[in-house]
This record gives sequence, structure tokens and C-alpha cells, in this order.
Amino acid sequence: MKIAVCLSHVPDTTTRIKIGSQSDQIDYTGVQWVINPWDELALTRALELKELPGSGVDEVVVVNVGDSIADPVIRKALAIGADRAVRVNTAPSDSLSVARILAAFFATERFDLILAGLESSDYNGGMTGMLLGGVLGYRTLNGISALNLEAGKLKLSREMDGSRQILVVEPPLVAVVQKGIAIVPRIPSMRGVMQARTKPLQVVDPVKVEAGLTTIGYSYPKPKGACRMVAPGNENELIALLKTEARVL
Amino acid sequence: MEFSFSEEQLMIRQAARDYAQRELFTDVIERDEKSVYPENHVRALADLGFMGMMVSPEWDGGGMDAVSYVLAVEEISKVDASVSVIMSVNNSLVCWGLETFGNQEQKEKYLKPLARGEKIGAFLLSEPEAGSDATSQRTTAIDMGDYYLLNGTKNWITSGHTAGTYLVIAQTHPEKGHKGINAFIVDRHASGISVGPHENKMGMRSSDTHSVMFTDVKVPKENRIGDDGFGFKFAMQTLEGGRIGIAAQALGIASGAFELAVKYAKQRKAFGTEIANHQSVAFKLSDMAVKIETGRLLVLKAAWLKDQHLPYGVASAMAKQYCADMAMEVTTEAVQIHGGYGYVKEYHVERLMREAKLTQIYEGTSEIQKIVISRSVLKD
Repeated sequence: MKIAVCLSHVPDTTTRIKIGSQSDQIDYTGVQWVINPWDELALTRALELKELPGSGVDEVVVVNVGDSIADPVIRKALAIGADRAVRVNTAPSDSLSVARILAAFFATERFDLILAGLESSDYNGGMTGMLLGGVLGYRTLNGISALNLEAGKLKLSREMDGSRQILVVEPPLVAVVQKGIAIVPRIPSMRGVMQARTKPLQVVDPVKVEAGLTTIGYSYPKPKGACRMVAPGNENELIALLKTEARVL
Repeated sequence: MEFSFSEEQLMIRQAARDYAQRELFTDVIERDEKSVYPENHVRALADLGFMGMMVSPEWDGGGMDAVSYVLAVEEISKVDASVSVIMSVNNSLVCWGLETFGNQEQKEKYLKPLARGEKIGAFLLSEPEAGSDATSQRTTAIDMGDYYLLNGTKNWITSGHTAGTYLVIAQTHPEKGHKGINAFIVDRHASGISVGPHENKMGMRSSDTHSVMFTDVKVPKENRIGDDGFGFKFAMQTLEGGRIGIAAQALGIASGAFELAVKYAKQRKAFGTEIANHQSVAFKLSDMAVKIETGRLLVLKAAWLKDQHLPYGVASAMAKQYCADMAMEVTTEAVQIHGGYGYVKEYHVERLMREAKLTQIYEGTSEIQKIVISRSVLKD
């Protein structure tokens, strides 16, 4: 069995986002790139499955859509334990474009299981995994919180409102994973860092996709106002503030 | 001049930071309070390769450079210096000493399990009456023909109880003074070894520090490191590298306390605003930042010299002396910024202040470092 993990590179989650001088761009100067947290958990689970005795998992491959800025992040994935990596050489844009680019790659190399994180922590689109499954024509499940292998089949759990659905699926499958898929992301070992030096990082050209979506601009949310304290007994003042300032009444 | 880190160095720093912040942070206060040895953490760090990270892969080590090592020690020390001292002694004293001066058989038998972290090493130099004056060794190793007979007591031994392998410095030819000293590899469980009670320390309380007594312990002849009489040189050269690790540890203690102080100063309000907006606090943070950056440059310079195979003895003494004294100053200020909260355990900075104190004492006191530095300055 071959498992692919779709891996996005995102700004470190503590980054303070800056809008560029052109308001239709984000200023990425000085940003530290990390593996998208959901994708990191997906990779961790893929490696856990591979390491199970008799799992039948031959290879775990990470696949990224990005330019060379993503390489350090991809090599970290290799250091964590992925066997090899593929980077489709183009800056990612909207979800459908990325899904089409990924689908074109997956048309050239078949994987039994393709894992994608629930969403990327930068744009929070939450669509790429599902769109990828659709474009590929694979069975696709979202909200996966547990993943196991049973006699060549995939056994998964999905979170539902107030309950959990257990499913058994024949590969191939695109699984969009969320919290619970792995407990904590793996930390690369020294051995892993050394091995990453010689693991393949293949760079492939993207297919052309039509751009149908243009970002016109970004803006910051309004700064949070200071907390206003209303003295006990001044309920009328509170109501007036809720009406005139907060405008919630 | 190149001030940037390689991609691998950054990856290792992040790995150490992730482990420290995610795992060590959860139980550091409890382990400190109860003096609990961090067995699960030492095991996990060994699995990640941090216990023998500078040893060549040929001897089952991580094959990383000294710059990566100090970056990792700093990150671990920001949270838990008890863990980083175990890591530092194993890496830069025991593994480095064996890899540099041991023979093939010694490396095969003793270095490999230490580099894999399956065994932990201890370095036994200090004695009840021989600390800074390391030439006054009273532990004796008498040449009995087929073996050496070891007798004496060693003090303040990091990992004294937990270690599987000891490197012991002892006097073989008292009439030759320090030229009669040898270094030996000794199995912790050899007959005649007894370990004293856990020292009830002021700080670094989670590392196990013990005295170790040797009574007629037979040490095989092949366990002597280097030629007869090489022991003092072995100890001094090994400690040169060890100082870089402790300098990085002191740096980490300081920068850990600094990060906490910055965070607190941005949250705590007094006189209607966050205390960071008061110049008395802001200037303290400014002074701390400059001192930490100075210390970091000294540590990285010493590590870089070591990686370039250039002399690093004086650079490591400067880094160790400066960072140890600086850590004491910075942690004291971090407690001051926290006010009363800084004096209670849950805010961490009081522990970091207690830990900082030891870096001025062990692996060469600040005063000994000044002897090394001043002799170099005055030599011509």
C-alpha cells in the first residue's frame, strides 16, 4: 500500500499577519514557514501505520504544491520519516486550482490512500482535500478522526453531531483528517535529520490551471475595543451602550 | 562572516524547542520539587538522538556539529536545566572524551551504547577535597599487573546513580603529581562501587547528583584511556568542550527566564497600563536582551571554533564565565519583573534563578574560567 500525505507550508501559527504595501498581497517577509498542523498530524498517523508490524504500507510520500520556499518544510517532513517527497513547482493559489494541480500529479502516480488535513492554518479554506477527491473521482471522506488498516481495507472513524460513524472503505480513498487522527506531531530525530539529506525531493512541473479567482484586497479586522466596565446598579447605561455602541439590541 | 544558521541547524533547534515546550514543561515543577529523575524524558531524548548528537554515525551518534548542539542545549535549558545537564555531561564530556581519546575497542564497547543513549555516562573528577584544584586527586588506581585497583571517593557526580558507564580520573603515580593521573572507563555495577544518597540541591533538583565510593574496584587494564599518565590532560581537554555545553545551558536558563519576563511584562498591569510600558521595566528587558545576545555570540563562537577544529579553550572559558554570571543577573531580574509572583514556584523564574547559580560553580567555577582567560591574556 502507498500512502500520500498532502502537505501545505504555512506561516508559523504565532505569526502576526502583515498586509503588504499593495493591499492585495500578504507581506511574507521574515515569516517562518512550518508544516500545516493538520498535515503534520496526518503524516504522523501515516508513519504510525507504516510502522505497525505487517501493515503492508510500503511507502509514505509527502506531496506539496509550492515554490522553493517550501523546501525546508518538506525536508522536515522527510526528517520526521516520510520516504520521499514531491513538490509541484508553483505557488499555491485558490483551493480548486491546488486540487486540480494535485489531481494531475496523482493521475501520474497512483496511491491507495491520500491524506489531507482538514484545512490549512493560513487561509482556512477547508476545501482542497474534498475538491481533490472530486477531481480525481476517488471516494472521499472528511472529518476523519481515526484511521486503521484491516486486511488491506481502511477502517475509519468520522465525527458526527453527537456521535461517531465507523466506516470500512476499499482503497483508493482521499481522507480529510482532523483532530484525533494522531495525538501529537512527531519531532524529527537526529537520525531522521541525517537521512533527510539523501531522501529524494522530486520537483515536478504543474499543469496549467485557469485562474478564475482573484483576491482584490485584504483588510485587518477591527481592533478589539477595550472592555467597558459598568458599575452595579447602572443597568440603563448598560442597555444604552448595548444599543448605541455595540448595536446588539 | 556568516551569521545565519543552516536549514538543519534550525530544524534541530526547533526539534529541541518542541520537545522542551511540549513535554518537559508539563512536569518540570513537580520533578524539581520532588527531586524526581527525568527517566522518561531522558529515554525520549535518547530516542530522538539528543544524548549522543555530536558523535559520528560510525559510532551510532547523530553526527551533528557543535553549533547544532548548543542550539539544542539552549532550548532544553530554557525549560529544564536538570535535563540539559544530563544531556550535556553525556554528550560533551563522556561521549566526546571517548570518541576523541578512546581506542577502537573502547569505542565499540562503551561509546556506542552511550551515543545511542541506551546507557548514560558520568564524569568523575571532583572529590571531597579536590574541586577546582583538580591536580589534588586522592582517588588511587594502583597498577596490579593485570588490572588497576581503584580506591577513593568522588563528589557531586551528575547521573552518579543512573549512569551505566563512569569515566573516572584517579592517581596512579602520586610521585609524578598531575602527570601520574589516569582516566578509566568503569562499569557502574562493578564490584566495590557504592553510591551515596541523592544530594538535596538548591537547583537542578531533578538530575541525580551523588558521591561515588570505590573500594578495591578492579578495573581491567584495557579500560585506561590513552597512555599511562594521560588522565589529567584528558580531563582538562574534555572539560574545555564541556564548558561550551554549560555555557549554552546558562544561556538557555537566561533566555528562558527572559521569554517569561517579556510575556509577563506585556500582561501584568500596574498604574493603569501593562508594566512593559513603564520605562523601569522596559529598560530592564533591554539590558537583559543585550546580555543574552552577547552570551549567545560567545557560545556560538566557541562552538564554531570547535567545528572548525581551531583552538577553542579560551573561547569556551569566556563563553562559560560570561553566560553563567549573566544567567544569574538575568534570572534575578526576571524574578524582579514578576514581583511576588516571581517568588513562587508556578511562574518558573525562581527555579531558573536557582538553576543559574550552579552554572557559576560546576565544570569550572567562574573564577577558574578567569584564571584560564587571564593566563591567555597575559601569556606573551
